[in-house]
Amino acid sequence: MTSAALRSRAWKLLEMITTPLLPSDYLDLVSPLRAGADLRGRIEAVHPETGDAATIVIRPGRGWRGHTAGQYVRIGVDVDGRRLWRAYSITSPTHRQDGRVTITVKAIPDGKVSNHLVRRAKPGTLVRLDQPAGDFVLPKARPPKVLYLTAGSGITPAMGMLRDGGFDDVVMVHCAPQPQDVIFRSELHGLVADGKLRLTEVHTDTDGMLDVSRLDELVPDWAERETWACGPAGLLDAAEEFWSGHGVRERLHTERFRPSVVVAGDGGVVTFSATGKTVGADGAMPLLDVGEEAGVLMPSGCRMGICFGCVTPLKAGAVRDLRTGEITEAEPGVLIQTCVSAAAGPCDIER
Amino acid sequence: MTAIDPTAHLSAEQIEELGRELDAIRDQVIAGRGEKDAAYIRKVISVQRKLELASRGVLLFSIFPPAWLIGTAGLSVAKILENMEIGHNVLHGQWDWMRDPKIHSTTWEWDHVSPSEQWKHSHNELHHTYTNVIGKDNDLGYGIMRVDEDQRWHPIHLGQPLWNFVNACFFEYGIAAYDLELGRNLHKSRRKDPEFRARARAVGRKIRKQVLKDYVIHPLLSGPSFLHTLAATFTANLVRNIWSHSVIMCGHFPEGVQVFERRSIEGETRGQWYLRQMMGSANISGSRAMHLMTGNLSHQIEHHLFPDLPSNRYAEVAPRVRALFEKYELEYVTGPLPKQVFSAWRKVFRLSLPNKKPKAGAPNHEKELVAA
Repeated sequence: MTSAALRSRAWKLLEMITTPLLPSDYLDLVSPLRAGADLRGRIEAVHPETGDAATIVIRPGRGWRGHTAGQYVRIGVDVDGRRLWRAYSITSPTHRQDGRVTITVKAIPDGKVSNHLVRRAKPGTLVRLDQPAGDFVLPKARPPKVLYLTAGSGITPAMGMLRDGGFDDVVMVHCAPQPQDVIFRSELHGLVADGKLRLTEVHTDTDGMLDVSRLDELVPDWAERETWACGPAGLLDAAEEFWSGHGVRERLHTERFRPSVVVAGDGGVVTFSATGKTVGADGAMPLLDVGEEAGVLMPSGCRMGICFGCVTPLKAGAVRDLRTGEITEAEPGVLIQTCVSAAAGPCDIER
Repeated sequence: MTAIDPTAHLSAEQIEELGRELDAIRDQVIAGRGEKDAAYIRKVISVQRKLELASRGVLLFSIFPPAWLIGTAGLSVAKILENMEIGHNVLHGQWDWMRDPKIHSTTWEWDHVSPSEQWKHSHNELHHTYTNVIGKDNDLGYGIMRVDEDQRWHPIHLGQPLWNFVNACFFEYGIAAYDLELGRNLHKSRRKDPEFRARARAVGRKIRKQVLKDYVIHPLLSGPSFLHTLAATFTANLVRNIWSHSVIMCGHFPEGVQVFERRSIEGETRGQWYLRQMMGSANISGSRAMHLMTGNLSHQIEHHLFPDLPSNRYAEVAPRVRALFEKYELEYVTGPLPKQVFSAWRKVFRLSLPNKKPKAGAPNHEKELVAA
């Protein structure tokens, strides 16, 4: 018998002992970062960057495949006991010796995860991770001339690329309200002093928002540069228009984290994506009733919020708990009790 | 169903007001759920798993009497924690709000012969919705006992103390049987129903896995301690069964707890539902360790009012719930475990004998009981 077959037999035997749990449920207690475990990471340090941004140093589990400069990672953090998932750009270089990765997070107003990570995250905490993803990356062959056009926390993927090094000619135009809001400022100025970077800071509190056409004066050869832009939708929209207008759209790469913002309303169009049905619903009718009236096969139980027999994935949109008024927004893995939830705006229920 | 309705003094408005006050308690706890609660259940799960592993490890040497004793005691406690404070409560969805797929009512499987999917239906849906309604709540006498003076006596009820004892010893199998509604489904006309057969096969698979683990593989791994480990795992299951049966008997059986007839719940309002849960449940008083080992079902009244609140919060809402009982002049049935167990067993014995004929016009529930 080969060693692989032997191992698989031994594993089967272990499963028979640990049933109804799995061997991994026990191994997770002592070795959550081992190879073969669900991908996790351990927060090892939190370094403040600015008043509202911090860099989180994470030791990823053995299953981490490594990233390409510019990629992001989805991270599942328990905030007030609830697991919430967000995506953050990786800011550490791909060749970091100790195998740690860093993300740099800016706390946004009312941002549950960002505020938690910046202000309350503690070293030693376990987080869930996905493999790194995203195609906002540097090509293997470094382009001869590069421009980074960034604003706010949009600097984070650019920093991941800059730290990977190997550039001949890099220019960065970065927007932030004030000088002290510029994340990585001292490191950037160090690169400038070493002649490795040309940097223009736009301080929007004093200079106003960046008019993209000013690039003609700030970076006269911008159209020759392979450009990576990351920031608020307004900046990216303007950049896309500007680059397209000059017929060099293919030189511009953009990254948008929040393609759409959920606006919680009262009632809305409900899509049952598994059955392909779409109906309008008011903000008072339980989605279970909405589905049943539309002829969707809905699992159900007590119909009063007790038995959890009706839980269903919420794929998109938002719902309101009819008992508490609490809004739940769609995220991967979010299940809702359809018997006590009503549409709060358009939503997609996986039935 | 008892001669005097202990809620007769409440007006319809008072009952709805009571419901609103209970809703307010619930909302407060829901709004306050957070990190500490999550840390609590993770801690209990971690302790339970380590205890189970350590106990099974010790039992590999169960041929030595001290190892047998320590291992059996540890495994019994681990199995009780797993079923009561963890399994029962996770399967209620008490921890679903954490959004951790590993601690979620839709993914959890427990150390029990009844598959969690079937148990959730009969327990969460039927028992918790139709609590103490004769003919609708299978937990009430498990379909094999006479539970109220008004039910017609039959000579078969003479044996009910014995049935109840046997059910206690093999409680998990009893539960699997009534999750399958065996009494009803073994009838010739239903036996071949494909849906029933699929569920019966699922139970069969679960039993096989459980038996293999406890009575074959673990003893085999113990080598020369084979028979001793076999005896140990059997004992641990027996202890867990008798313990959980006793706790659950205390929840709905002691003197002072009301049962209801089918007709009484037609068109029931939210307030009336709450009131039925209040009158149909009983608590067990005791230490924190006691509450933990009962899976906080010692707070049966609070659990039945708020089945999806995290179990660690029942102790905190209990004084406020009790104050509502006093405000509305209702009896909060509670007592120490021995007293409540004794009270429940006394009822089992008393009702095994015929009592005075029910008053004229009192409903006859024999049909419903047979159907259950």
